[in-house]
Parts: sequence; C-alpha cells; structure tokens
Amino acid sequence: MEIRSINAQTITQTVKKLYMDMNYFIGDDILSALKNAQQNESSSTGKAVLSTLIENNRIAARDEVAICQDTGMAVMFIEYGEKVVIENGSFEDAVQEGVRQAYIDGYLRKSVVDDPVFERINTKDNTPAIIYTTIVPGSKIKILAGCKGFGSENMSAVKMLTPSAGIEGVRKFILDTVRTAGPNPCPPIVVGVGIGGTFEKAAMLAKKATLRPIDTKNPDSRYAQLEDELLAGINKMGFGPAGLGGDNTALGVNIEYFPTHIAGMPVAVNICCHAARHKEAEI
Amino acid sequence: MAKKITLPLTDEAIKDLKAGDSVLITGSMLTGRDAAHKRLFELIEKGEKLPVDLSGEVIYYVGPAPAKPGHAVGPAGPTSSYRMDKYTPALLDRGLKAMIGKGARSPEVIESMIKNGCVYFAAIGGAAALISQSIKKVETLAYEDLGTEAIYRFTVEDFPAIVAIDSMGNLAAPSLIKK
Repeated sequence: MEIRSINAQTITQTVKKLYMDMNYFIGDDILSALKNAQQNESSSTGKAVLSTLIENNRIAARDEVAICQDTGMAVMFIEYGEKVVIENGSFEDAVQEGVRQAYIDGYLRKSVVDDPVFERINTKDNTPAIIYTTIVPGSKIKILAGCKGFGSENMSAVKMLTPSAGIEGVRKFILDTVRTAGPNPCPPIVVGVGIGGTFEKAAMLAKKATLRPIDTKNPDSRYAQLEDELLAGINKMGFGPAGLGGDNTALGVNIEYFPTHIAGMPVAVNICCHAARHKEAEI
Repeated sequence: MAKKITLPLTDEAIKDLKAGDSVLITGSMLTGRDAAHKRLFELIEKGEKLPVDLSGEVIYYVGPAPAKPGHAVGPAGPTSSYRMDKYTPALLDRGLKAMIGKGARSPEVIESMIKNGCVYFAAIGGAAALISQSIKKVETLAYEDLGTEAIYRFTVEDFPAIVAIDSMGNLAAPSLIKK
C-alpha cells in the first residue's frame, strides 16, 4: 500500500467539528432511549424530568449551544493507519488544536486545570485532551471521541477482583458502584464496564464502553446477557431520573472485555450521565 | 402545578416549601461552586470579611458555559452538591437561606439546614440549555479570576426547580441523604 499524506489542518478541522457537534446535538441512541424511558416511566416526577431532558436536547440543537454546561474533558480513542504521514504539523498537536478551537469557538466550557493538587489553574482552552492511539494497518485515521463530564466521572471505580469472585463478584461490584453513585451522576446514566486486561486496561475499556452507542450489544452473547441483567438490576434501585425517584436510573449498560492474567479479574465501572456525548469520524 | 416563588425568601415562604414541590423561582441569586466555596470557607475560618453578604441569599451551584453573542448566559445547569457539603454548614450559619444544586447532601448539611431554617432545591442535572433560558442577567460579584467558578449574581425568571430537602429535613426522594 502507498503512503498517504494527511494535512494536519484536516485533522484539526475534523476534531473541532466532532467536539462542537457532540456538544450541541445529542446522539440518536440517547434520544430514543430517553423517549422510551419517558413513555414507560411510572413516577410522575420522573416522567416530567425526562420530558425536560428531551426538551433540553431540542433547545441545545436548535440554538447550537451545549446540552450541558459541563462540556467535559475531551477523550479520544484513535486508530492511526501505519501508512499515514502527517504534513504541515504533527499528529498530537493537530488533535489538541482541534479541541482548543472547538472549546473556544464553540462557546464550550473550559473545565481543565493544569495541576490536580496545588494551584489548579484553568488552562483556558480545555486542553490537554486525553488521547489513546493505536497503530493499525491501513491508511486511514479513525477517531472515536467523547467528552466526559465529571459529575459522573467522579462516581466511577476500578476494583482488582480475583478469579474466585466469579460472575457474582463482577455483578456485585458493578451494582454497588452504581448504588453508591445514587442520585449524583445525573441519572438516567450510561454505565460503561471494562473487564479484564490489567489495572489501566480495564479502566480504558470502561471508558470506551461509554462511547459505544447504547442501542448496540456486546457481540458475545454471554456478555450481552450480563448487560441486560445489570440494566434491569440498576433500574430496580429506584433512583430514577435526576435522582428524584423512578424506574429509569440507567439508559444502558455497555460491557467491553479483554484477556487477563491467570490470577486476576479487574473490573472498571465508568459512569456517564444521560448526556452521553460521543461521535466518530474517519479521515 | 409548579409553585411560583420570589426571592429573597422570607422565613414564612421557606416554611411553606415542602419536599417534592415543583417551583418556579424569580428574583436574584448568587452562584458559586467548589473553588469559590473553598475561598469563602477559608475566610470564615480566619474570621475575615466575605466579598459577598450571604444573609438571606440563595446560592446556585453552577459553572456556566460561555454565553454566545446575544445570550445573557451560556448553558448553566446545576453541579453535584455533595462537593460543597464540607463548606455548607459554615455558610448557612452566616445567613445563607437556600441552595440549588443536584444530588445528595450529607447528614451534617441537613442538620444545619434544620437548625438555620434553610431549603435545598434540586435543578435538573444536564438540562443546562433549558435552564439558561430562565436566566436573564449575569453580573460578576467576586473571584473573577476563577472564570466559570467565579461568584456571579443571576437574575432569573421562572427558574425551574424541585424542593429536594425542605427546612424540616424532609426528602423528596430517600437517596437525597448521603449515606
């Protein structure tokens, strides 16, 4: 295969558009899940909250303003084709520049501070974005992008379960994490679960799971069934829309898994609010 | 049916608010979140004067997105209240009458609310574009260097909220007390 040149500017423009669009226009997967939830919610407060959220999504799209003021920290999973060379710039800078331009030109909130412990000075352009890149065969760049609000991010957890914990241990940890989060992460939530790999791999899988459309299932039927069981279990907790009570605490549970060590069974739960913003592009 | 209330809140008006009531709030309120609370709390601990008078005020836990040209404010939904819990009793003792946020509060906050006759409203988390339509005017009051986390004064009309915890400590939903 021939080497393919991609201009850094093209990458910047693509990333910029992804972030502006995902913040203004909720995905069809989330919108239809909210509409379904609104139909089947038995709590009158819950029903009213869901109607408000659907209306909020309509206003945001109409006015091209952010769905939620917490426009999050930008996270991207990028598949970089090994035949691609970048012209007129570097890959990392081009991606970060796209985020910077989206948050400045798109009237999105800058929510990133430079150091976590001491002065916590705002970087004023929402960079750095968190970028996970894998090199893949081919001559394309695929970007899976999300923006993660921290009301829900703060409710996430990783646990190093061991094999004897079994599926019961996995189920319990996930449900306990959601129960502890309670009304705080802006339910109805999307629950991303990563199982396997190493400590950090499980967390990355959980993040990636939150970016998968919620109208899809894990291709492995055993994991798909676990997704369904967990969703039903979470919706029995009763936190409901906005945590004010009701049947719809979660819109979906997405699980991703990966091979792991003979001694381990890491599980990560990444909780995402109902404004589960994700978008993909291919260059 | 939502109950229309105007700010500032009188003690009688606060007593009339019951957990679970839907309200539409009109008047002016302060804003403040993590960083501003930390600064206010540190001043209180040192016995120093605060940059804003809290007595009789309502504070909205929010860090708005930037306003587009022609808009008074950008999207401005509530942030999680529990992060303010550590600082809240000191603010209530200084005369703060109500808070607007989302999610659960600690037992210490609820105890202080009962003692001081205060109310906690929940705004709908994530309904930021919709809520911003009820915010008509924004002025910066203090801590401008904090950007979105500064203390602003919002003038609101029919701002939608729900009484999450009333002044008697009743909860709109059992999960609103942090265990």
